[in-house]
Amino acid sequence: MKPKMAFYWCSGCGGCEESILDLAGSLADLLARVDVVFWPVAFDYDYADLERLADGEILASFINGAIRTEDHAEKARLLRRKSRYVVSHGACAQTGGVVGLGNFFTTEEIVARLYRESPTVANPAGIVPRETSIDGGHELHLPPLCPSVKPLNGVIDVDYYVPGCPPTPELMQAALTLVIEGMLPAKGSVLAEKRSLCDTCARRDSKPEKLTVARFRRLTDTAIDPATCFLAQEIICLGPATRGGCRDRCIGANMPCRGCFGPPDGVTDQGARAISFIASLIGSNDPAEIAHAIGTIPDPAGLFYRYTLAASTLRGRAQGRTDG
Amino acid sequence: MREKEKAKKTPKAVDGFEPRIICFLCNWCSYSAADAAGRAQKAYPANVSVIKVMCSGRVDPQFIMKAFHDGADGVMVLGCHPGDCHYKKGNYQTQKRVLLLKKVLGQFGIEQERMELDWVSATEGDRFVETVTRMVERVRQLGPLERRA
Repeated sequence: MKPKMAFYWCSGCGGCEESILDLAGSLADLLARVDVVFWPVAFDYDYADLERLADGEILASFINGAIRTEDHAEKARLLRRKSRYVVSHGACAQTGGVVGLGNFFTTEEIVARLYRESPTVANPAGIVPRETSIDGGHELHLPPLCPSVKPLNGVIDVDYYVPGCPPTPELMQAALTLVIEGMLPAKGSVLAEKRSLCDTCARRDSKPEKLTVARFRRLTDTAIDPATCFLAQEIICLGPATRGGCRDRCIGANMPCRGCFGPPDGVTDQGARAISFIASLIGSNDPAEIAHAIGTIPDPAGLFYRYTLAASTLRGRAQGRTDG
Repeated sequence: MREKEKAKKTPKAVDGFEPRIICFLCNWCSYSAADAAGRAQKAYPANVSVIKVMCSGRVDPQFIMKAFHDGADGVMVLGCHPGDCHYKKGNYQTQKRVLLLKKVLGQFGIEQERMELDWVSATEGDRFVETVTRMVERVRQLGPLERRA
């Protein structure tokens, strides 16, 4: 009797679905070993099929995407009931991902921007989505937006995390194998490296003993040496504050790390860690020169919290702030 | 991220509001100053809760964010004057971290005036009293920090 598995997406982009397809040849082996009972993007099973299963009948559900609407929360709870293990799949489920950046705005601001204010939108009637509307005599429902984006563990108990935006094929293969063969580590484990990306980075040896910067450079204003540590080139790289295990795929493409694996073990707030180490790289002790260096980072909050805002200490904008 | 305009600084002193200020003091300088103020029986506002650290450089941005998340309306870090740090360079690192953190706090909708870094040496009991009193009044004018759930 083959174990049952489910894959589901909440507020996601489809990249984590791709991470399963990226198993390539191994995908056929996977499908031969398990019974996929629910995977909206690929199979025709519907929610009624899912409801009919007994509680705990699914061995593992891999859930990706952040919790942005009440429907995402409901489906996460349903899958939690029906599954023995829930695996948070990808950065959005683990820490809110890029979707979490929505927490810098209220839902009203988001809807207004998307449907009325964006320069490329033509919506003279000012139509915005509503929870209930009538169309052709039928009552239609849309799930409400949650007031803020949450990671998956903000609404259900999560057993394991596969990090990344998206997770690499190697990590997916390893995670799926652990689940199917029943060799899972301690509950709550993140199924990647424990330490930071720096520890295993191919450019590590080019990091000088004493690394200081006079300013920070953006990717668009400097040539990037493919053999030298980004930080040594005054380019912000979040490797020191990011969990390793991705095998340097961005570094290998001559792009600095943007933190998609979330923080390493022992760190809860990745962005705060980044603030700490990035600031401490500034060489000068003169307040004016320090301020100038900081001025060369246009959007530190968005950069340091790109994948983890929804799971950070402050989680988003303070309520009731007006910012013009 | 789209460009953000400067936060409107609207003073909204709320009747009966007592600001809650968390104050990190370094063992060698500012904590001694607070002690000196206490020994000399100088009064300072009870709104201030003190956390002693060995060096202001120990203050991680995570601590400051946690303080705001957990109910602080303002946070202070008081260290040794530049050049006088017991550990030579700790307070220079604090300065860099706090400057970058303040920029980030602004993006989180937390006014930069709610976070202060200053230098108070061991003999400056009066300066300690003035600095914290000024901070309490400033935050009282800003009003309570409203938080998202």
